[in-house]
Amino acid sequence: MFDFLEGYDLLGAFWVTVQLTALSAVGSLIWGTLLAGMRVGPVPLLRGFGTAYVNVVRNIPLVVIIVFTSLGLYQTLGVSLGSDIVNTTNFRLAVLGLVAYTSAFVCEALRSGINTVPVGQAEAARALGLSFGQVLTLVVLPQAFRSVVGPLTSVLIALTKNTTVASAIGVAEAAALMKDMIENEAQLILISAVFAFGFVCLTLPTGLILGWVGKKAAVKR
Amino acid sequence: MSSVLYDTPGPRAKRRNILYSVVFLVAAAAVAWWVLSQLSDKNQLDWEKWKPFFTDSRSWTTYLWPGLENTLKAAAISMVIALPLGAFFGIARLSDHLSVRIPSTAVVEFFRAIPVLILMIFANAAYSQFSNLSSDERPLYAVVTGLVLYNSSVLAEVVRSGIQALPKGQSEAAYAIGLRKGQTMRSILLPQSVTAMLPAIVSQLVVILKDTALGSIITYPELLAAIRPMSAAYGANTIACFTIVAVIYVIVNFTLTTFASWLEKRLRRGKKSTGAVLSAAPTPDGAAV
Amino acid sequence: MKRRKVTAAASVALALAVTATACGGSKNDNGSSGGKKITIGIKFDQPGLGQKTPDGTYTGFDVDVATYVAKQLGYKASDIQWKEAKSADRETMLQRGDVDFIAATYSITPEREKKVDFAGPYLLAHQDVLVRADDNSIKSAKDLNSKKLCSVTGSTSAQNIRDTLAPKAQLQNYGGYSECLTGLENKAIDALTTDDSILAGYAAQSAFKGKFKLAGLKMTNENYGIGVKKGSPLKAKINKALEKMVADKSWQKAVEANFGPANYQYEPAPKIGNVVK
Repeated sequence: MFDFLEGYDLLGAFWVTVQLTALSAVGSLIWGTLLAGMRVGPVPLLRGFGTAYVNVVRNIPLVVIIVFTSLGLYQTLGVSLGSDIVNTTNFRLAVLGLVAYTSAFVCEALRSGINTVPVGQAEAARALGLSFGQVLTLVVLPQAFRSVVGPLTSVLIALTKNTTVASAIGVAEAAALMKDMIENEAQLILISAVFAFGFVCLTLPTGLILGWVGKKAAVKR
Repeated sequence: MSSVLYDTPGPRAKRRNILYSVVFLVAAAAVAWWVLSQLSDKNQLDWEKWKPFFTDSRSWTTYLWPGLENTLKAAAISMVIALPLGAFFGIARLSDHLSVRIPSTAVVEFFRAIPVLILMIFANAAYSQFSNLSSDERPLYAVVTGLVLYNSSVLAEVVRSGIQALPKGQSEAAYAIGLRKGQTMRSILLPQSVTAMLPAIVSQLVVILKDTALGSIITYPELLAAIRPMSAAYGANTIACFTIVAVIYVIVNFTLTTFASWLEKRLRRGKKSTGAVLSAAPTPDGAAV
Repeated sequence: MKRRKVTAAASVALALAVTATACGGSKNDNGSSGGKKITIGIKFDQPGLGQKTPDGTYTGFDVDVATYVAKQLGYKASDIQWKEAKSADRETMLQRGDVDFIAATYSITPEREKKVDFAGPYLLAHQDVLVRADDNSIKSAKDLNSKKLCSVTGSTSAQNIRDTLAPKAQLQNYGGYSECLTGLENKAIDALTTDDSILAGYAAQSAFKGKFKLAGLKMTNENYGIGVKKGSPLKAKINKALEKMVADKSWQKAVEANFGPANYQYEPAPKIGNVVK
């Protein structure tokens, strides 16, 4: 029944999906935190930049961003991200595009997390003489992160699904393989079921595990 | 300008802020200069390539407007179908009967777990194999199907949390005066939660609008897909076309996002409301958390 | 009161969105003469073969051939309705009867002949590569193995490269050929591969004049035919029209007008029914 899978590297394709997800998740967590720092920080120019970045990026479709990394950055500006192999470059460009896009949502989630930290915490920290950087990294962010595990999980799950868009620039991940298989094999329903199952396997456990972590981590107030 | 996170800047902090600003400006200017000089090296800034959008109205009437129309059409149809469907599943998930709650929960969770693109590719292939749709209509149907399947399950969650966000006293009072479950839902809970859900629904419209761009992958002639024939006609001005299209998306979506947060603020201020308002704050897939 | 205002604002916005799309939906054919119409499938995005111009008219070799054939069948140019025939949709469009015939870089292959009938061929093309004008390093298909090639996702040209012609070549796949051109121009990609007739159309675009050339590899034979529904009486009529087109030199004129600027060494007009393997 599943002999149509023969000759296709199904696991390999999903492995690419997982890699895209993991690398982009780390990247957008870092860049998203920096953006959130800028948006709540004391320097007006950086605040403006953070706001503008978030408002522009989250209003552009992800496909546009991903295709732009390939056509704009790579093909036109010659940014190959340190690789001479087309497939590697495409993979890295896709990660870059996903990070650029997802970090806007990480930033917004974190900012709402920062708002849940009681004012007294930051006031006490300032009263101790801590600088903005110290207030943020030592007092506010650790608490904020614990309260936004839930929203960040949604972002992570969305990211997992969004990696399919990387097929637009020829990254051989799951959606690209699915399209390929549908064109060459007859069992449309079965093929789709296999890929749907693959994504359910990736996203549902993520949601369940992190949901549990979120409950554990939340600051009881 | 004051914040709880930092002190009002004194003379030293002010100087430091200016220093940071200058460093950032210099770095930004360096990047911008590099990008622009690369672009002009590659002749991408030639007026030839940008001219069509400003001097040739046909670039709008032949390519961009029809594309934008198709984008808006797919988004509007999807929203109109997904909203009642989402409301149905959202309410079904709140049912007291296990036999209703479990299947609807399964459906909602299943379609939330699968990428829209996969749903679209499937719908497109399925329609071409099992249906009689013409090749012009099929991509629209496939795009709408994908968007509806996914977004109705997201909207189901919006509706569910909108109803749950209402104070418990509302339904308790309704039961106390003898209303039945259906009546309580229809005349007490839904009317109030609709206003609470409005901002979240408008933000979901932004998500739908952005996702229509995936239609270009299954050959739906929307705004993003307009780039290909357009750049072929105007001598490969791909970068220029992309920039214009991105700007159009930002303008349309930014208007919607602003409308959503205006709506949210407005509703939160309103004294008559129950105070339960679902946030318009976006997540990448729009699921209200 | 306030809440009602907000709801009103929302419904107005929704109404606007709906009417905007309703307006968009009702763009029918321009309803000219009430005479009989013919619907022809072509490509919309391939310069030199079938392209939609900013005026909303269509140009290219396929378009010229189709117009000539339609004229021989008794249709004026204004009676023709053009429809976009994307590669993957062509057989279905004919089987369903969405179009009367298709002239859209449609190669005659045994698999396709099982589903549709072909008139012609009317042009013999070959898979080739488009390279930068100063690049002389590609002399045979083997040379492609060390190169970065660009093609369209799922196209036969891409499959040929991967399976037989140059399995070691690096393939960059996009949704369309125009995306490849930017990279080719900026040296991120070494060559763009597909039928030479299509490549010639791109090379002939004014923005690329003198920048690209065809390597002339002739890696495969692509016999472009006009696709009709299986068993359709149109096939014989179209064949007759094509023969006439070659005989009265219209074929030659169309080829020169569309491929001339590209310096494309096109093959002489093929004999009807003679499919080159």
